[in-house]
Amino acid sequence: MQEVYLDNAATTRVSPAARDAVLAELTDNYGNPSSLHRKGSEAERLLRGARETIAEGLRVKEKEIYFTSGGTESNNWAILGGAKARIRQGKHVITSAIEHPSVSESFRRLEQEGFELTVLPVDKEGFIRPSDLAAAIRPDTVLISLMAVNNEIGTIEPVRELAESAKSVNPSLLFHVDAVQAFGKIPLAPKSWKVDLMTGSSHKIHGPKGSGFLYISENVRILPLIQGGGQEKGLRSGTENMPGIAGFGAAAAESLAMLDENAAYMRRVRSRLKEGLMSLPDVTLNGPADDLQAAPHLLSATFKGVRSEVLLHALEENGIYVSSGSACSSHKREMSPVLKAIGLEKQAAESTLRFSLCRYNTEEEMDYVLQVLSELLPRLRRFTRR
Amino acid sequence: MEYQALLIKYAEIGVKGKNRYLFEDRLVSRSAAVLKKIPGKFRVYKSNGRIYAMAEEPFELEEAVDALQHVFGISGICPLVQQPVVGPEELIKAAVTYFTQAHPAFAGSFKVMATRANKAYPWDSNEINRKVGEALLAALPNSHVDVHTPDILFRIEVRENLNFYSETIPGLGGMPLGGTECGMLLLSGGIDSPVAGYMIAKRGVRLEAVYFHAPPYTSDRAKQKVVDLAKLVAAYAGPIRLHVINFTDIQLAIYDTCPHDELTIIMRRYMMRIAEHLAQENGAQCLITGESIGQVASQTVQSMVSTNEVCTLPVFRPLIAFDKQEIIDLSRRIGTFDTSILPFEDCCTIFVAKHPVTKPNAGIIRRSEEKLLPGINDLVAKALETEEIILCE
Repeated sequence: MQEVYLDNAATTRVSPAARDAVLAELTDNYGNPSSLHRKGSEAERLLRGARETIAEGLRVKEKEIYFTSGGTESNNWAILGGAKARIRQGKHVITSAIEHPSVSESFRRLEQEGFELTVLPVDKEGFIRPSDLAAAIRPDTVLISLMAVNNEIGTIEPVRELAESAKSVNPSLLFHVDAVQAFGKIPLAPKSWKVDLMTGSSHKIHGPKGSGFLYISENVRILPLIQGGGQEKGLRSGTENMPGIAGFGAAAAESLAMLDENAAYMRRVRSRLKEGLMSLPDVTLNGPADDLQAAPHLLSATFKGVRSEVLLHALEENGIYVSSGSACSSHKREMSPVLKAIGLEKQAAESTLRFSLCRYNTEEEMDYVLQVLSELLPRLRRFTRR
Repeated sequence: MEYQALLIKYAEIGVKGKNRYLFEDRLVSRSAAVLKKIPGKFRVYKSNGRIYAMAEEPFELEEAVDALQHVFGISGICPLVQQPVVGPEELIKAAVTYFTQAHPAFAGSFKVMATRANKAYPWDSNEINRKVGEALLAALPNSHVDVHTPDILFRIEVRENLNFYSETIPGLGGMPLGGTECGMLLLSGGIDSPVAGYMIAKRGVRLEAVYFHAPPYTSDRAKQKVVDLAKLVAAYAGPIRLHVINFTDIQLAIYDTCPHDELTIIMRRYMMRIAEHLAQENGAQCLITGESIGQVASQTVQSMVSTNEVCTLPVFRPLIAFDKQEIIDLSRRIGTFDTSILPFEDCCTIFVAKHPVTKPNAGIIRRSEEKLLPGINDLVAKALETEEIILCE
């Protein structure tokens, strides 16, 4: 049976180049970068190479990139370490209603510790309005965290505009961007955008799991989350995850070198899927209407009258892997906060699927998905709760 | 404290007549089987109407007790210190050493109870009781003797060896597994059915289980959860063969043909029919469900009458009079609760009517089912062909 993997926003297949880099690290260049001998210095060179690749891609300095265990750690670190470093300037922080749980839960933690939180709404297409942000900023605002690309509906947030407007109101606050779904997919330039902190992850761009980075502008200081042997300039201790970093470096090099080409290619594949979905009855799309304001790899669709989990498993039976917008369980049916924030009704949210592409997907695969959907939907719609 | 053996006490099988040795042998083999899974080496054997697990290598007491606490038929487990028989003076010393180590700084009441299978021993039991008692009172000034309701009953046995024990850790009770009785458990992913299986297995009945899955309305994870639950029950009940049946087409046919308030009851009747078929194929003499009166609409007395109607085997429902909380408590105790509540619950809700019948009328249900004929027989046969057997142990 044909396999079509369309859950690349959850995780991606490791690319051959990244796999080779991991394998070489595991078998030959297995040294500890802190060791003084040659094995150590070879490892250090590898580490620096990966750091350079990512720094170049973001147009920042090598020393501004810190390796972590992934997006969740980077987001936790930026928000908790950033807010706590600025606690003397104030205790007000800002985020949006559509952030990843690793961001929203970090803010919940700050709230428990006495910070005051403002959560910005989004419009129907998932956009955060710079005017809302400017209005929320106060003299005691110390940290703002907003995402670059929403992971469920693909909205590309106007990060540059948001950061510039925030800094124009209060230049001393810290601006963090969760770029997990953006890094390697769309151009990012945190330094010129006046972004102080930015999160990226390896396994969303065909690198191995367990590796990520936090960009920390050389002009700011945040507190470490992890204490120990002083790696990463004392800000992130623990022996470097060298296999992960080597694979991340290789994956990032590929993704960044072909950024525009890959994006253009994925947009083409995405359009094929999008147009096909629009021609199916009772299917509505979520996210930006303007394709150029949507991430090249994400597409969210609501299939009226079909439970998303049922459709997901039915697609799975045909070799197609997607993700549902909301978790289904008869014990706890919580609606996706993102879908809620863009104004979807509960029933629509429970009928929503996310298709997320990568550069390995093809237009032929989209045709197959559309054909399967056109067969499944009428069948599944016959059986609805009466 | 280092123990050399465990004395395994059993309650109910003590009263069996001529079959007693059979039950004891089953208990010996079940105990040996669970002890084999932990580090250490044990010899489990019967001797003079009791069962010993003799350690031939050092072992961790807690691990051994936990293993035996998964064996039905054991009423209590006594950790035993064993040494060669010595003369009366040394016996007193050894007894005091044992007691002060097993109960450091003891300050309650105790009673010494010696038994002497070895009648050649110079002291009789009474004398041992008295002398050891005196020595203990001297060694533990804050303790006292209470011969009626002692905090600790200190047993000294003079047999081929000298045994000391003073603690009985409760076992599960019930009857040992290993006979020919077998039940077919209808296992869902919920809280109740694993507990029901456990309870019937506790009476010495081997289990087979059946799970009905309905892809794409239920997921692989929901099925995996049922496998995990079967494994948890198998830790007590021994290996369980789980029969997985694809039920989707039957469900859809019922949905298409029958009145919606009758969906659940008709679906359950077909599940019972299939379960009975599997039971007979696999040598099970009864069906087991986790139903409890009134818990949900399909678990009224009338509904159970209606589901019983389609099978000839007896349907055992050990939870029939349990409150939900009682079931939850038991499920926590046997360790299935945390798995049961994992949220991989099926998305089958579309097959559940908003207001299902609670008092199904036999005639009406039968007439509704007639509408499924003749196609349904084919679907049942096809469903049976989808059978996948997973050994859970």
